[in-house]
Amino acid sequence: MTSIHAPLIEMRNIEKHFGSVIALAGVSVQIYPGECHCLLGDNGAGKSTFIKTMSGVHKPTRGEILFEGKAMQFDDPRDAITAGIATVYQDLAMIPLMSVSRNFFMGNEPLKKFGPFGFFDHEKANRITMEEMRAMGINLRGPDQAVGTLSGGERQTVAIARAVHFGAKVLILDEPTSALGVRQTANVLATVDKVRKKGIAVVFITHNVRHAMAVGDRFTVLNRGKTLGTAQRGQITPEELQDLMAGGQEMAELEGSLGGTV
Amino acid sequence: MADAAQPPSMADERVKKMSGLRRALIRPELGGIVGTIAVFTFFILFAFDSGMFSSQGVLNWSIVSAQFMIIAVGACLLMIAGEFDLSVGSMIGFAGMSIAILSVTLGWPVWLAILTTFVLCIAIGGLNGYIVVRTGLPSFIVTLAFLFILRGFTIFLPQLIERKTIIGGINDVSAGDPLAWLFGGKILKGFFAWLGEAGIISTFERGINKGQPVVDGIPMLIVWAIVLVIFGHVLLTRTRFGNWIFAAGGDAQAARYVGVPVNRVKILMFMFSAFCATVFATCQVMEFGSAGADRGLLKEFEAIIAVVIGGALLTGGYGSVIGAALGALIFGVVQQGLFFAGVESSLFRVFLGVILLGAVILNTYIRRLITGER
Ligand SMILES: Nc1ncnc2c1ncn2[C@@H]1O[C@H](COP(=O)(O)OP(=O)(O)OP(=O)(O)O)[C@@H](O)[C@H]1O
Ligand SMILES: [Mg+2]
Repeated sequence: MTSIHAPLIEMRNIEKHFGSVIALAGVSVQIYPGECHCLLGDNGAGKSTFIKTMSGVHKPTRGEILFEGKAMQFDDPRDAITAGIATVYQDLAMIPLMSVSRNFFMGNEPLKKFGPFGFFDHEKANRITMEEMRAMGINLRGPDQAVGTLSGGERQTVAIARAVHFGAKVLILDEPTSALGVRQTANVLATVDKVRKKGIAVVFITHNVRHAMAVGDRFTVLNRGKTLGTAQRGQITPEELQDLMAGGQEMAELEGSLGGTV
Repeated sequence: MADAAQPPSMADERVKKMSGLRRALIRPELGGIVGTIAVFTFFILFAFDSGMFSSQGVLNWSIVSAQFMIIAVGACLLMIAGEFDLSVGSMIGFAGMSIAILSVTLGWPVWLAILTTFVLCIAIGGLNGYIVVRTGLPSFIVTLAFLFILRGFTIFLPQLIERKTIIGGINDVSAGDPLAWLFGGKILKGFFAWLGEAGIISTFERGINKGQPVVDGIPMLIVWAIVLVIFGHVLLTRTRFGNWIFAAGGDAQAARYVGVPVNRVKILMFMFSAFCATVFATCQVMEFGSAGADRGLLKEFEAIIAVVIGGALLTGGYGSVIGAALGALIFGVVQQGLFFAGVESSLFRVFLGVILLGAVILNTYIRRLITGER
């Protein structure tokens, strides 16, 4: 499974157009099992759009997706989740009026059978939710607490815990640490590391080069809908990565004017 | 979301323990329970002797409440799924007329007329839903269009075919029809006869019915109401599909991201709303023995008000079938109670307006408690 030569997901020349907007103009990336693949780039570079084609939210306008070597058509996110691809979206996909455990299992509710009927197994859902949240370092008041009453960071943690629970083969994280405190961030990075060692592929989007360097095996930089290439860990320094992300030259000028504090 | 700017909270020691009262407030049924108690207390204190608590009186407001409940269950699940159906009232008129035309005018067996009407109406409900999810238009507008379209046909068709707007004679053709009994029959007749003999409920004192109980059974209408309420409640709170209903109404995009088939859920709920309207219409047609072009007028609003009194949010994603059923009960008891007490019936509308406003304000407050917004 952890063969370095067989990518789990291969994205070939993915294009995505929204009307007249070209969000992705031909992006190719390979994701291997057990690697943490960092996706970096400026705001609006197309990172979220790219992972959404991977998770079945968007159908690519052009290009091919190979999953475990076979051409794959995800018609909606359900297919991707069934295939073992779980995602933490940038806007989290949490419903404030629903309880934490209902959110946690939304779309994948555990069932208890009564004859031919399957009923929502609330007990199991509550138990697993509490366990998984505790494992992420957050003590919930109760599994029936509404997500709307959680802080931004706590919500993000629920979303991550949910994806880790359901991501059997691929875990996609779109800026999962943007609202997290120091301890929770460390926790998420440690989780990424743990998950990767189990042979699961992690796609990790971040703006923070230090976070990327901490867990990343390979780094792909997107810029205005195109890739600037993929670099291996050790082939690139944090400074070079930062430069690439910001489109190089302008950043050097900016940094100069800020006295090198960025 | 504005979350990114918030500092993450670390520990929950900082969260104040919720008081029991606040916890109770967070139940959607609260308004319905309080309202039901208040309404019964009021009528027991001020109108106990009016006859509304005799066996006949109880049956009277139970039937009216059951009618409201049947359409409230459909409206409730649909509202929680984030949509409205303003065509319920017209659908009731249309379904009744369809049964009458098929069975009386065209001479079909009644069971076939009923089945065909159910299929037709559920299909129209599905069409409502399909248009809403396909176009992304507010369901308010789409179903408003169907309110007029269906009402128009309900008035036009009987005039075209029979040159009148009321078609009667259904009781003659429905006698002995098994499916007709399912909507117009009564159960527990033996039990009520025994109650009458034992002197527990009153009996007729003269005439051909002498000695028989005044109330001789539970109409199937009430059975339908109870079955639909239980079905709706279990579906919503105990099943996977129920979780999808909440999710579809809470945030359709978020629900889609995690694989909830939002469009399917919404279309099915439109179909269920149409099903409930057709059950209402069939019971009504069997009870009256006729179908009229003006049946069901304003029922969509009454259903929505019952649902809102029951604690559902107009914006979707939150509510309770039990609450909606209590809302319908409040409705029936107050409407018939005022009638028994001899109060001018137009005052019922004043009551409706006031209680609607009160319920919406209470719900908004509760919503803030749940989501922690200010
Ligand atoms: N549904 C959509 N309709 C139209 N345009 C879109 C849509 N989604 C994204 N875009 C556009 O595509 C481009 C890429 O957006 P995307 O969200 O992928 O950027 P991003 O790299 O994730 O940025 P950020 O770092 O800010 O999250 C943007 O110009 C955006 O306006
Ligand atoms: Mg993004």
